[in-house]
Amino acid sequence: MNRRELLKMVAAATGSVMIGGEFLLSGCKGNPDSAPVPFTEESIAYLDEIAETIIPQTTTAGAKAAGVGRFMTVMVNDCYTKEDQEIFHKGLNILDDACDKMHGVGFMKATPKQRKQLLIAVDKETKDYVKKQADAVNVQGQKEKQGQERNTNDFKKQALPNHYFQQLKQLAIFGYFTSEKGRTESLRYTPVPGKFEGVIDYKKGDKAFAGLT
Amino acid sequence: MANNTYDAIVVGSGISGGWAAKELTEKGLKVLMLERGHHIEHVKDYAETNKPSWEYPHRGGRTQKMIDEYPVLKRDYPLNERNLSFWAVDKDSPYVEKKPFGWFRGYHTGGRSLMWGRQSYRLSDLDFEANAKDGIAVDWPIRYKDIEPWYTYAEKFAGISGSKEGLPHLPDGHYLPPMDMNIVEQTVASRIKEHYNNKRTMFIGRTANLTQTIPGRPSPCQYRNICSNGCPFGGYFSTQSSTLPAANATGNLTLRTFSIVTDIIYDKNTKKAKGVRVLDARTNEALEFNSKIVFLCASTFNSTAILMRSATDIWPDGLGSSSGELGHNVMDHHLKLGASGDMEGFDDKYYSGFRPNGIYIPRFRNLPGDEKRNYLRGFGYQGSGSRQNWSRQVAELSIGADLKEALSEPGKWTMGIGGFGEMLPYHENKITISKDTKDKWGIPVLEFDVEFKENELNMRKDMVADAVEMLTVAGVKNVKGQDQGCEPGWGIHEMGTARMGRDPKTSVLNSNNQVWDCQNVFVTDGSFMTSASCVNPSLTYMAMTARAADFAVKELKKGNI
Repeated sequence: MNRRELLKMVAAATGSVMIGGEFLLSGCKGNPDSAPVPFTEESIAYLDEIAETIIPQTTTAGAKAAGVGRFMTVMVNDCYTKEDQEIFHKGLNILDDACDKMHGVGFMKATPKQRKQLLIAVDKETKDYVKKQADAVNVQGQKEKQGQERNTNDFKKQALPNHYFQQLKQLAIFGYFTSEKGRTESLRYTPVPGKFEGVIDYKKGDKAFAGLT
Repeated sequence: MANNTYDAIVVGSGISGGWAAKELTEKGLKVLMLERGHHIEHVKDYAETNKPSWEYPHRGGRTQKMIDEYPVLKRDYPLNERNLSFWAVDKDSPYVEKKPFGWFRGYHTGGRSLMWGRQSYRLSDLDFEANAKDGIAVDWPIRYKDIEPWYTYAEKFAGISGSKEGLPHLPDGHYLPPMDMNIVEQTVASRIKEHYNNKRTMFIGRTANLTQTIPGRPSPCQYRNICSNGCPFGGYFSTQSSTLPAANATGNLTLRTFSIVTDIIYDKNTKKAKGVRVLDARTNEALEFNSKIVFLCASTFNSTAILMRSATDIWPDGLGSSSGELGHNVMDHHLKLGASGDMEGFDDKYYSGFRPNGIYIPRFRNLPGDEKRNYLRGFGYQGSGSRQNWSRQVAELSIGADLKEALSEPGKWTMGIGGFGEMLPYHENKITISKDTKDKWGIPVLEFDVEFKENELNMRKDMVADAVEMLTVAGVKNVKGQDQGCEPGWGIHEMGTARMGRDPKTSVLNSNNQVWDCQNVFVTDGSFMTSASCVNPSLTYMAMTARAADFAVKELKKGNI
């Protein structure tokens, strides 16, 4: 990570920042003393299925084969604030209830098609929420800017809490494309390119390059 | 004591210390290089250098525990899982902030030469004459012609890649072939040039990454762009890849790690330094080392702190304090602002490899003959164009195979630039030695009383507005300007506190980096800077260190010091 990459991250993150990631350079408060809620093997299997629905196996490995469920638990336990951990854990129940409401079965018992239908609906709801959240941050940011002469790093203070599915989707995508399977199968993994070519031809369907990190 | 005696002592092993050690040993001096932290051996100790993303438990991110343990480092990009061991541990290196100041340090062999940004630009007479013309602070005691041959000397050895642009205020140097710009960068560059009638330009950054081999450096850059983890190919300039092997090859270098220099031993009869006192960081043993000359290259504030702790029986505020300027005129570059947006089209073009470099837009404000802005000096931009990767938001896609396929391909082009602004030297921006806070070795810590003032804040408005305007005229869409706010220190370009000058009454060092009050002590890290310029400063430290070493050895031979 260097300044140039950071600039890109900030640009890419407009609208929604990576929760708990290094991309979010907020001054969020640490909570080292409070033990995180443990994840069971059962809940890891549940997370794997959610992730697999977001990034399914196609001609290349999906999120489940890439071990994304277990990775999510590490990120939530180690990188999330207490508040985001609570949102995440509650969200897993909310999602299961929503599945029951929509299909009459819990998520683990639902078919892949039912799961997909559910997550498409939840994703839509989340996008609306994230937009509202971003607008609120902007309004608050403007107010803060007007209220103080000197800038501080508090501009990213969140006016609305994060949405659980925003967390799940981000972690699924992040976990998959930084995993060995995701990088080597779904991207063009080139750990030691050896040269840089500024202009090469590209045709639709060519995969993106990915380096060591 | 005989084995504690050397011709020269170099305090610090970063960019300046490495250069001092190389130059002095190559000129035949027996040199002791003291490093306060642990040793990092080239290649062997770069633990993360070949690690793929999936071997990091948090894929390179930061944990709540890290955030809690690193209250300073967390403020900006340095806190991440990748090269954490290269950054000084906050709790072991406390300091007092009377006003917010982010101090990001590297306490190990090589210092921040391992993690630096590698952008390498020359100052010009626009910079060296600035204080005199503006009537602020003091005049630099040198001009561009004094440092020009040393820039060339430093560039040849360090290996800087870049293009010659013929700009009077950003002089060309001795360059290896430039890296490529990609299609969007080329397009933006030509549109900016055209729109501003060549008064504003953009070109590939000048960086200390080898685009071809040079003597002593068998491997060029491999375009992995993870330089700050340490490079097993030695593809960029660091103490480890460059100056340390050269110094070791002479047989004249002794490197001692875990050696915290507490103060300089000053002999009031000869009015010269006799050597330095050292506290062993592991054993707390107090040691003394003697030498004919001392080069302070301990990083900007630490070199000044050593002076402040020295000869206090004669000068209460320390060696070099007679002017009243020691510790004053703290500078940094102010940044974390700029603009970015999308570039439509060019879907049939891409790039391959990971370029450890971006584009540069040199200063264009307050140049001679231009309209004056409501601030002094100016700023440059660094940035890049790129196609988005999987981390982008794909608003039109929900979940499933379509999303996966889309994210497996490069996304639309984006272009972003971020400003680096010059900060003026203000006497009241200062560091002092704390009277009541000590570190774990019992050494009093530094207190920081530094702030940006009206000049910097006025400049920041232009830095955002100009970034937005330039990207817009270049055809970039959805351009968003952003000022994220910045604390002094975040530029990690600390400068000042022992400035050079023409008069011992108003400066700490003379034109040869000698302490006016003690002429066998030289300070050649960022402390000597009389003004900040807006360009990245490390190349100037290399050149000035080599110049001072040359002078010092000549003076030694003449018996003058």
